[in-house]
Amino acid sequence: MANYLLIESRDPFDSSDSQYFPELVQGISDRGNDTVLFLVQNGVLPVRKGSKYSEAMSRLIRNKIKVLADSFSLKERAISNLVEGVEIADMDRLLDLLLEPGTKAIWH
Amino acid sequence: MASGKTLTIAIMDAPYESANSTSALRIINAALEKGHNVNVFAYEGAVNLTMKAQQPHPNPVKGTSVEQEQHPTTKDWVASLFKLASTKDVKLDWVNCGLCVDERGAGDWIEGPRRGGPKDFLDASVASDATLVIPTK
Amino acid sequence: MPKILNIVETAYRATIEEQDDTVLWLTHMLKNAGADICVLLRANAVNYAVRGQDASGLSFGENRMTHSPEIDKDVATMIEKGVAVYLVDEDAVERGLSDGELLNGIRKIKRRELPELLDQHEQVWHW
Repeated sequence: MANYLLIESRDPFDSSDSQYFPELVQGISDRGNDTVLFLVQNGVLPVRKGSKYSEAMSRLIRNKIKVLADSFSLKERAISNLVEGVEIADMDRLLDLLLEPGTKAIWH
Repeated sequence: MASGKTLTIAIMDAPYESANSTSALRIINAALEKGHNVNVFAYEGAVNLTMKAQQPHPNPVKGTSVEQEQHPTTKDWVASLFKLASTKDVKLDWVNCGLCVDERGAGDWIEGPRRGGPKDFLDASVASDATLVIPTK
Repeated sequence: MPKILNIVETAYRATIEEQDDTVLWLTHMLKNAGADICVLLRANAVNYAVRGQDASGLSFGENRMTHSPEIDKDVATMIEKGVAVYLVDEDAVERGLSDGELLNGIRKIKRRELPELLDQHEQVWHW
């Protein structure tokens, strides 16, 4: 079992590839790995409450996957009303996760 | 205080074209602030981040002068990161991929970076506590 | 030496500046430097496994590109060198690719098998 830090910088409004990453995140978690999804840049757009694509994030959260959203990216986009269960984090937190021994970091 | 940990990060985006550059510099900055050593492998367009010839400019839309606009250039941001590393007594090793430099004419860079290649990235990654690749699209 | 998986997904980005795909070229270089590395082609990069790609004929004014990219040959060489090259089956099917069009030696993998492939590698670099 490993730690995975999956970083999503793209968003489903712009990227038709958007289904791939949440599915991959879920698949990695299903194999018993400690899995964190960190949203950054336009990757935070789906976590605005009412967003068309927020269900993919909610599903991951219901399945006990930690979903973090970068505070600067949220502030830059004036997103303050978040989907329930999303945790606001910063680059310090990303670094702590990244440098945890046995962590694989994958940026999409 | 130095943490003793090292992060290796590979970047590809040219300046001002992608949010990836902002995030990459934020990560490097945060890592240095926390006392981590950082190895940067600047591949493809990212070699342009450190070009000495970058110049700030005024903003005709806002009507500001060069002095008023204080337009940042990526070379200045990177220079600040080297200064931060020095202040924190940690290492920032910035490698510009040599062949990428040559094909872009990006060889005249600020003090700090060095010329290298893929083997430097591999060696840095193997010796690091973590490796992060930030791809371009 | 850690086992490294290079995931390639963007395709045909650098025809004008390179005679190679930038990440496949990097993979060759890392392999030559001693890396224990393999490649996963996904999304549009599954097309890199198709035989007969032809980017020849580019010219701008009187300036002609004399060595155009030969991505299929690069992938075939990689396989000959012992680099495992995987390809996401569903991505190929969605793009209308049949097995007969693909290079010999390509290892097809289902999307649901990706987590297992990732688990088999200490480093996963997504380009």
